[in-house]
Amino acid sequence: MKYLRMMLAMLTVVLLSSTTVLADVPSPTIPKGNAEKCVLPTDEMRVNHMEKILHQRDKTMHDGVRTEQFSFKKCINCHVVKDEAGKAVSYKDERHFCNSCHTYAAVKIDCFDCHASTPNSRKKTSAAGGKH
Amino acid sequence: MNKKENSSNGLSRRQFLGTSAAAGMTIAPGISLMSVAEAKPLDTAVSSDQRWGMLIDTNKCAKGCTSCVDACNTENGLNTGDEQLSRQGQKAQWIRKVDLRDKTTGHEVSLPLMCQHCENPPCVDVCPTGASFKREDGVVLVDKHTCIGCRYCMMACPYKARSFIHEELLNQVEDVPRGKGTVESCTLCVHRIDEDTNKQRDPACAEACNTAGHKAMIFGDLKDANSELSKQLKKHSSKAIRADLKLNPGVRYRGI
Repeated sequence: MKYLRMMLAMLTVVLLSSTTVLADVPSPTIPKGNAEKCVLPTDEMRVNHMEKILHQRDKTMHDGVRTEQFSFKKCINCHVVKDEAGKAVSYKDERHFCNSCHTYAAVKIDCFDCHASTPNSRKKTSAAGGKH
Repeated sequence: MNKKENSSNGLSRRQFLGTSAAAGMTIAPGISLMSVAEAKPLDTAVSSDQRWGMLIDTNKCAKGCTSCVDACNTENGLNTGDEQLSRQGQKAQWIRKVDLRDKTTGHEVSLPLMCQHCENPPCVDVCPTGASFKREDGVVLVDKHTCIGCRYCMMACPYKARSFIHEELLNQVEDVPRGKGTVESCTLCVHRIDEDTNKQRDPACAEACNTAGHKAMIFGDLKDANSELSKQLKKHSSKAIRADLKLNPGVRYRGI
């Protein structure tokens, strides 16, 4: 019992010291999105955003489902960060929304090898042009 | 048929049939004898009730006109200047103009050629990762998330419809993700045809051809007998390019 208590005490010390170390590293400054709130509570998005995007990815690619809730395009449009000149910054810039956390967490993402990292919605040339 | 043969509610038999055909014969809520061919709502998956296709009338296609090619490049963000190191022949091209000349008669035709969206696509057969696939509604696509860039599909395609991206790209269009190391081809503008029921639009090439006044490209649903495409296909003789390969392409041509 005494041995167990000692182990527990040691563990607490280790845990405490590790938190002190973490506190020394500056937390990332995460830019706020442009909408009132995110498509899910922030805590949930922080942990699960990749799952949501992955699920939507396959649904869009294979089933042609293009609903907006977890649309990658919508993430980019809402979480746009602008530079001094008012121009949206690309993923090459460390201020980009995704970079703000991914650089901190040292998680490399390859989404932007293909996807546009800045909003570039264009005007639709004509609506309902087709007669199918 | 006796024209005086009117039913009691004032509708002639022909009128009645006309109305029910347009609305789909509903026998009970949620059950209908015949579904009306229309675009899908945004949140439903594509289904094999539709097969998207195109009819290209080479008699109307003007030699030297590149409206469809230009529209495709703009719509999909191709050739935006990102591919600086690639030779002309290496740059992405989803649709190209081909001029043909009959050596005996000297008759010339000009036609746009792109992915023919085969029913039995050889590109899908040879793909080692399953990245090259055919959607339920007949559109043949590359899932770039799984494409490893081996280019087997480019070799398998008899229409030379696919391109490989050799360089890092920066100016992608948000609707059309494209990136280095993957193969790509005409998507029939899926981002346009997947739009919500009333916002659905023709692919950029067909739209541009109409705007240019040639009206050589008709896009539509091959499985919907009432679509303009099906009507034209029924009325006129049309051909599949390399029909001998029995790929049954979704794109057919008139005048070749």
